[in-house]
Amino acid sequence: MALLLSALLFGVGVYGVLARRNAIALLMAVELMLNAANLDLVAFDAWFKDTMHAGQVFALFVVVVAAAEVGVGLAIVLAVFRLRETVAVDELRELADVDPPVRADT
Amino acid sequence: MTHLAWLLPALPALAAVVGLFVGTRVAGGPAVPAILGTGGAFVMSLLVLGAAEGSPAKVHESAVAWTPIGGQTLHVGTRVDGLVAVIAVMVCAVALLVQVYSTAYMAGDPRYSVYAAEVSLFTAAMLLVVVASNLFELLIGWELMGLCSYLLIGHYWQTEGARAAAVKAFVTTRFGDAAFLVGIIVLGVHAGSFEISRVLAAPGPRGGVFTAGVILLLGGVVGKSAQFPLHVWLPDAMAGPTPISALIHAATMVAAGIFVVARLYPLFLAAPVALTVLGIIACITMLGAALAALAEDDLKRVLAWSTVSQLAYMAAGLAVRGWTAGVYHLLTHAAFKALLFLAAGSVLRTVGTNLMSQMGGLRRSMPVTFVTAVVGAAALAGLPPFAGAFSKDGILDAAHERGGALGTAVYVVGLLTVLVTAAYVTRFVVRTFLGDYRGAADESRPRLHESPLVMTAPLVALATAAVVLGLPVLPHRWGVARWLDAPVGTTALHVAAGGVVLSTALVVVSAVSVYALWRRDPAADPLAMLARRPFANAFGVDWFYDRALVRPLHAFANAILRLDDGGLDAAVEGSGTTATGIGGALRRLQNGNIQTYASGLVIAVIALVVGLSWVMA
Repeated sequence: MALLLSALLFGVGVYGVLARRNAIALLMAVELMLNAANLDLVAFDAWFKDTMHAGQVFALFVVVVAAAEVGVGLAIVLAVFRLRETVAVDELRELADVDPPVRADT
Repeated sequence: MTHLAWLLPALPALAAVVGLFVGTRVAGGPAVPAILGTGGAFVMSLLVLGAAEGSPAKVHESAVAWTPIGGQTLHVGTRVDGLVAVIAVMVCAVALLVQVYSTAYMAGDPRYSVYAAEVSLFTAAMLLVVVASNLFELLIGWELMGLCSYLLIGHYWQTEGARAAAVKAFVTTRFGDAAFLVGIIVLGVHAGSFEISRVLAAPGPRGGVFTAGVILLLGGVVGKSAQFPLHVWLPDAMAGPTPISALIHAATMVAAGIFVVARLYPLFLAAPVALTVLGIIACITMLGAALAALAEDDLKRVLAWSTVSQLAYMAAGLAVRGWTAGVYHLLTHAAFKALLFLAAGSVLRTVGTNLMSQMGGLRRSMPVTFVTAVVGAAALAGLPPFAGAFSKDGILDAAHERGGALGTAVYVVGLLTVLVTAAYVTRFVVRTFLGDYRGAADESRPRLHESPLVMTAPLVALATAAVVLGLPVLPHRWGVARWLDAPVGTTALHVAAGGVVLSTALVVVSAVSVYALWRRDPAADPLAMLARRPFANAFGVDWFYDRALVRPLHAFANAILRLDDGGLDAAVEGSGTTATGIGGALRRLQNGNIQTYASGLVIAVIALVVGLSWVMA
């Protein structure tokens, strides 16, 4: 049951990452995917009755790292917004490989 | 003084460096370092001449170790004897006069400073050849001269002809120089040393390898001294400025070939085959070049052919063991040929053309040039008491004394050449200076006038030399033979009265008949019937080289070029364009939208999972 829920959460996350234009929504979708993984970890920890509770410890780690990641991500989004006045990811295309200018010697 | 002989090449070389880099900023212009450097070398050469004559030891050597090569140490130094001293004076004197003359002749030339520096370097290279104590040292000067001749012949590089002539001179002499280098190595290895003294004194059996080495050496001599079959560059070299022609024809370059034979003469004596080859080449060149001069309308090319012919005289003299006579002719020739070229330059600068058919009657407007040119012409024709007569008769006398097939051939061909030489010299004088001016009569007609003093003064100096150099042969005490210690086994210089009478008679007969022909129609070429093939195109040697070497090489080069363009280059460029094409297709994915990338990621993961589970199942 927990695994089904986790898969559902992950699917929603993937959809969010692929389909949403807003960068903040993108970050939230990433959180969904991370927490789907967390749910799996905790579920398997309970299922295997691990004496070390490695799954739970690992889930806590992921929560901490995810918090840090969101902090950095939001800072980037903020900086981009100040610069571009937009947070729509499909408009941030500076890294595209555009056609190079025609060289004089060719 | 002889231990300071290294200053001889060093001073002009220094002048060249100074002139090249700061020539235009020196007070007084680029002529100052050039004339000071060459003048210093001239004074030095006179001091060396005095010392070489006065001291009992005949050869003065001084050298410092330079670089190890193949298990032995190569020395760089000077080797001075009477021959070196005399030739050095000749080189410095002509170079100095050419530098002085050039200040007026090249006035207004935008590249004068480079020109003056190159002339200095040319002089330095020739002096290095003259004083070198080591065959490799000699080779360095030898090759430097090749470079300088290329640069100076191509001085007017804006003209097609000058560029072609420069390349031709360089490539043609290179043929000979390749043989020369191999010859040096063969002889050096044979002797176990590259020092000239040890190469000359090398003992042991002198077999086929030694003879081959000497003949290879001869290849370089033939190239530099413009002998058949490598003579073709010299007439074309007339595309350079006229003072350069004087320098190349009298003091440097062509003199170097003859000088090397005289310097290394014991080697040639030990390899009689080489002397025979030299004699045959000289006979062919002597007469052929003189005949080509008969039909030439270009004043400078007439003189160029005469140089080829006169060099053949020297080579012939050396070939029949007339060492002193050959070297003596080198000296007298330097005086009168430099004189003739400088006189020609004076004429060309006034008239504005090289063609004798556009000249005539210049004796009135250019008296100094006229008189000095006639002195030079008489010396070239070999009319006593002018310089060329005694040296030429000395060579003929040596040939007569040598006897045998070679001596007889040289003697007969030499006498024939005397006849032809007098004819073309007379033609040159009457066409240029006598009669009436044949150039344009309208406003394009140049103002005919005598050249300035800096140009006529060298003419007078050289004309004096062309007379005075003829005298030493009479009282032996003052003769050049005092300095020229002939190697053992050569014929001493002497001039038989009968020989002088015979050759003088030939000169007079020939000159008078050409003059008589000319008097019938002063406006026409007295030898017009000869001004066609085969004389006018110099027996088609150029044509032959063009067909046999130049065109096949061009065709070959073009084929290589096509192979390169169509084969190798196409393969290289094809791989490039293919990679660019593939890259172009992949590049479309890189559109900057991270969600496209993420979609690709998800699709790939799904594909992997599905694929793996299908494989596992």
